[in-house]
Amino acid sequence: MTLDVLPIGKTARIVAVDWAALVPEEARRLRALGLEEGARVAVAHRGVLGGGDPIALAVGRMTIAVRRAHAAAIDVELLERVDI
Amino acid sequence: MSRPRKVALVGNPNAGKSALFNALTGARQKIANYPGVTVERKSGRFILPTGEPVEMTDLPGAYGLDPTSPDEEVTSKVISGRFPGEAAPDVLVVVLDASNLEQHLVFAQEVLALGKPAVVALNMVDLAERDGLTLDPGVLEEELGVRVVPTVAVRRRGLSELGEAIAAAEARHPGPGLTNLKPTERRVAAHAMADAAILSESKRHRLHARLDRVLLNPWLGPVILLVLLFVVFQAVFAWATPFADALDAGVGWLHDGVKAVMPAGLVRDLITDGIIAGVGAVVVFLPQIVILFAFILAMEASGYMARAAFLMDRLMAHVGLSGRSFIPLLSSFACAIPGIMATRSISDPKDRLTTILIAPMMTCSARLPVYAVIIAAFIPNTNVGGGVGLQGLVLFALYVAGVLGAMLVALILRRSVTKGAASGFIMELPKYQLPRLKDMAIGLWQRAWIFLRRAGTIIFTVTVVLWVLLNFPQAKPGESQVDASIAGKLANGLSVVVEPIGFNRDMALALIPAMAAREVAVSSLATTYAVDASDDDDRQAAELGDQLKSRWTLPMALAFLAWFVFAPQCMSTIAVTRRETNGWKWPAFMLAYLFGLAYAAAGLTYWIAVSAGL
Repeated sequence: MTLDVLPIGKTARIVAVDWAALVPEEARRLRALGLEEGARVAVAHRGVLGGGDPIALAVGRMTIAVRRAHAAAIDVELLERVDI
Repeated sequence: MSRPRKVALVGNPNAGKSALFNALTGARQKIANYPGVTVERKSGRFILPTGEPVEMTDLPGAYGLDPTSPDEEVTSKVISGRFPGEAAPDVLVVVLDASNLEQHLVFAQEVLALGKPAVVALNMVDLAERDGLTLDPGVLEEELGVRVVPTVAVRRRGLSELGEAIAAAEARHPGPGLTNLKPTERRVAAHAMADAAILSESKRHRLHARLDRVLLNPWLGPVILLVLLFVVFQAVFAWATPFADALDAGVGWLHDGVKAVMPAGLVRDLITDGIIAGVGAVVVFLPQIVILFAFILAMEASGYMARAAFLMDRLMAHVGLSGRSFIPLLSSFACAIPGIMATRSISDPKDRLTTILIAPMMTCSARLPVYAVIIAAFIPNTNVGGGVGLQGLVLFALYVAGVLGAMLVALILRRSVTKGAASGFIMELPKYQLPRLKDMAIGLWQRAWIFLRRAGTIIFTVTVVLWVLLNFPQAKPGESQVDASIAGKLANGLSVVVEPIGFNRDMALALIPAMAAREVAVSSLATTYAVDASDDDDRQAAELGDQLKSRWTLPMALAFLAWFVFAPQCMSTIAVTRRETNGWKWPAFMLAYLFGLAYAAAGLTYWIAVSAGL
């Protein structure tokens, strides 16, 4: 599944990122913030308007806001553990 | 060596660099801009324990040397010595957030791989301890090959050790463990290093997660933001009043005092009616500016501003912008200049340009003098029900008009002139922190000083020039001084243009010097009517309202207000836009479209008001 449909509170591992679908600067920014293959990520919060956009992700010890369009380019697999 | 050595602070955003910089250099800071861009260049003096003074600079926060925003580009170029007119730093201080090592070590490795003399400041170790982390700096020293000094900037912990380390830093040959790494390998190495350096980790206190659950709550979050913004604007108007009144009284006292001690004549008139009336009319707005900036600085320092951007992102997306634009636009309510400068963190160029172009429509504090004077003179102080005053309501409407205008223009621009791919929104939401009083005080002082310097230079000069233009040539007996003066003749020319939108000659006259800064419109009206007044012991500050009421009609006053919602009458904004966009094309575009809007808005207001019989 892609990261944009990951339910709030569930932890997942990034298995693939469709870097070509992202603007180069944004792709680099995502990498710089640790959102790349192998990283563990959880959805912490969602906006209320417009179908839960943007999304606040918990990555490592950081909270990172991205748009759904970014999350849709990120493939994840669900992990059993709840806490990251 | 002739020039002092240069030491630069580098690190990820939110590493606590600015707090460390403030702790090292104190209030002795110089804020300028890097030539060619509007990224703030903060520098200050720091004396090493060896007695050697060094020039310390605080580079913009960056995630990597491969830039993704104008901010990061400056950092990358300065570090490598490729920034024109800026010598490369001699020593780098890499600042790390001790509680987020696996992230911050990625950039640290990239910087240290350059082999420049460097030390690492393991900053905010107190917060790491609060989070239950025990760290071993020795492990990091071994891995990175440089001194690692634990610091707590806000408590001045580790500062002298950091100074010693800076003094002793030498060029290195970074080992193969640092160089030739791909970004992904650096991240893996960072994780390994962080794991090795963390001796123990107890159950984390996730205070910020709990706060986020409330502040980013889909329903509660926007309500809290709205209430907060309401409190901010309420404070700007209500809390500032006693201070503004006191300043006003001080200006009046000075005016009367000078009038009493100096012999009557042109020089005395220049000082009292020209300088004190003109500059004084503007300085009384200092309290409002300080209060607004206090809130903005507190929101930034606490980490809430990024949450506000998160909450606003969806709304901004409707007009083709992102939550990132919210921060510059909010700052623009104080002043468009820091607002436009804050756009430097927006990575998408089209997004950034759009934000710059609409920023002048946010009602800045310089408009307040104009609004306040006109509203006080023409809008009755009545209650429209529910404790809401009509005057406040009109003021609120002017703010809303600016915001709606800006949103509409953004929508149109993003579909025409600044068309491009939908901009994204990627932003780190930093940990919550209590804003430090000292850092706030330094920030406030810098903003207040910029405002006062403007009052002392631009506004002072414009006021004096206007006074001279108003007083020469001297009127013949029986002729009005304003009619006879050079300024009066200039205004006669302009009034032909603005007559269709209801402006009289005095209003046209006020518009000319107000090109320098909007608030000058008030001081020039004050100067004009003071020059025109024959009675010698009037106090125009108190009387300006009465003068306006006797000379302007209500539709004229409303048209004047509508004009100032849009008119780009601020030289500094135009200058900063030129510098930011590297040329005259966009400032010229900005001037044209905003004057067009101002003309249309004033004209519509005037004719609607006239036909409504006001």
